[in-house]
Amino acid sequence: MSTDVAPRAGFGRTLQAEWIKLRSLRSTWYTLACLFVVGLGITILSSNAAGQAWETATEAERLAWDPTGRSTMTYIVAQLIVGVLGILVVTSEYATGLMGTTLTAMPRRTRVLAAKVLLATAVALVAGEVLMFAAFFIGQPLMAGQNVPTAHLSDPGVVPAVIAGGLYLGAIAVLAIGLGVLMRATAGALATLVGIVFLVPAVAGLFPSWMSGVFDFWPTLGAAAPLGTVPDPDFPHPWLNLTGMCLAIAAVLAAAFIAFRRRDI
Amino acid sequence: MSVIEVRGLTKRYGPQTVVDDLSFTVEAGQVTGFLGPNGAGKSTTMRMIIGLAAPDRGTATIGGRNYRDLAVPLVEVGALLDAGAVHGGRTAYDHLHALAVSNGLPRKRVDAVLARTGMEGVAGKRAGGFSLGMRQRLGIAATLLGEPRVLIFDEPVNGLDPEGIRWVRDLMRSLAAEGRAVLVSSHLMSEMAQTADHLIVIGRGRLIADTAVSELTRTNGEGAVVVRVSDRARFAQQLSAAGATVRDGLESSLVVSGMSAADIGQLAAYHGVALSELTPQRVSLEEAFMELTRDSIEFSGVAA
Ligand SMILES: Nc1ncnc2c1ncn2[C@@H]1O[C@H](COP(=O)(O)OP(=O)(O)OP(=O)(O)O)[C@@H](O)[C@H]1O
Ligand SMILES: [Mg+2]
Repeated sequence: MSTDVAPRAGFGRTLQAEWIKLRSLRSTWYTLACLFVVGLGITILSSNAAGQAWETATEAERLAWDPTGRSTMTYIVAQLIVGVLGILVVTSEYATGLMGTTLTAMPRRTRVLAAKVLLATAVALVAGEVLMFAAFFIGQPLMAGQNVPTAHLSDPGVVPAVIAGGLYLGAIAVLAIGLGVLMRATAGALATLVGIVFLVPAVAGLFPSWMSGVFDFWPTLGAAAPLGTVPDPDFPHPWLNLTGMCLAIAAVLAAAFIAFRRRDI
Repeated sequence: MSVIEVRGLTKRYGPQTVVDDLSFTVEAGQVTGFLGPNGAGKSTTMRMIIGLAAPDRGTATIGGRNYRDLAVPLVEVGALLDAGAVHGGRTAYDHLHALAVSNGLPRKRVDAVLARTGMEGVAGKRAGGFSLGMRQRLGIAATLLGEPRVLIFDEPVNGLDPEGIRWVRDLMRSLAAEGRAVLVSSHLMSEMAQTADHLIVIGRGRLIADTAVSELTRTNGEGAVVVRVSDRARFAQQLSAAGATVRDGLESSLVVSGMSAADIGQLAAYHGVALSELTPQRVSLEEAFMELTRDSIEFSGVAA
């Protein structure tokens, strides 16, 4: 060996290598840029529409008016973009055959997937929190300009609700990675994610009533409860709903790890 | 010392047994050619050696260990199974850098392999724009990162121009000369004749031959012998009487098959015939290969 130091290949190295791979792709940065452009664009639109909504609101609607929730609701679209980021971390390697090269350099598959999950989740969490706080700080002044009730960061429940938005997005990134591993194809994983976060919630009313217990912990439905500050009688313990979704996602991730270890590449 | 050891390796896909009880070894310091018709199971065998596919039965070990148990794989094995296996959006440098870092190899190894493969000029370019030849070079560069003792290449000259083929051949030879074990699969028998020292031939997942290149061309194929004598007709009769098959060759020579050159010489001495030429015809590796795998061709074209 002509190398000075004996090479080692611990988890830190795997993590470092995955970070080089993630940051060396333009698509990573485009996706993140897209997250902020679209996410904050939606915030601006919904804030500007607040004045009219307030004027036409009934007394009951005014009582349940949630200025913080108006800012965090950008999560609805943001979760899809964060999902794309998570999916691509694995499916781009399957699509190009790079997964074979990656696992030849580091055959401990659990370690490789753990590094990918850790990294993508960290990126999604940081980006998600930044997005949520930015949405709050951009959205509230816009609404104040229209004489609509607004929230201040020091108001009760506001900080937890904004933080919950970032956590929610981080969890969706984990779900997306799990789907990417299980499906091994971008299109399949993305279609499944869209089905979970958009389609099922859109038609939730059509399902038999026993399904509502599941919907309490479903993305975009019950699991998004802690993103607001006005108590919802349906969800007395909103954090429980988000935690439930996280547990379900952990189960999907566990299945992904098992499949990743067992399958041929 | 055998470096790669394959023992009873078996792989099934559904009802099809793709690799069937395959055993062979690959030695250090030589190029081992891995030959077989399309679908013979070469790539599948290589994928099992490096742990990308799990065998149904049997083992494949490197220096006595399973690939998955190698602590720092890149310093022990460099494998290139698919030159296309690069993300097109990443630069050659970043691709190699990530691989090097995953095994704790210093950056200077990246520069070294870029230089050895002549890729310095395009290190900063995205792999998506690379030609097939450049991709092969990039893939080969990745295998050399850890200066491994074992190198595995699946059809490295596929789609290369003559100059590229020559470059790969010279590289294989020099890697073997450095004492490394090189296992290389190919469709090009003529190529193997110039590159490999040893050949492993498989057909339908089974071992057909495990032999030195020189052995294969000598023993296989009915080696004919060209003979030249003054009295052609007479000697032809004597040869036929002794059990050989004789036909007329070019420029009033005889082409004898079914009898070795040594036996022909004996026969001539016995009859007091003076031979002006006695030349065993070497069978080309191509012919020997066709001969060997005739029964195990999975997809054979119909001659028009
Ligand atoms: N993942 C898979 N699922 C099902 N069958 C497979 C799979 N991979 C390979 N096969 C089959 O196994 C057989 C051997 O394939 P393999 O790629 O190992 O052959 P090969 O010798 O490398 O052929 P070639 O020279 O064409 O590259 C083929 O019949 C192929 O169809
Ligand atoms: Mg092949």
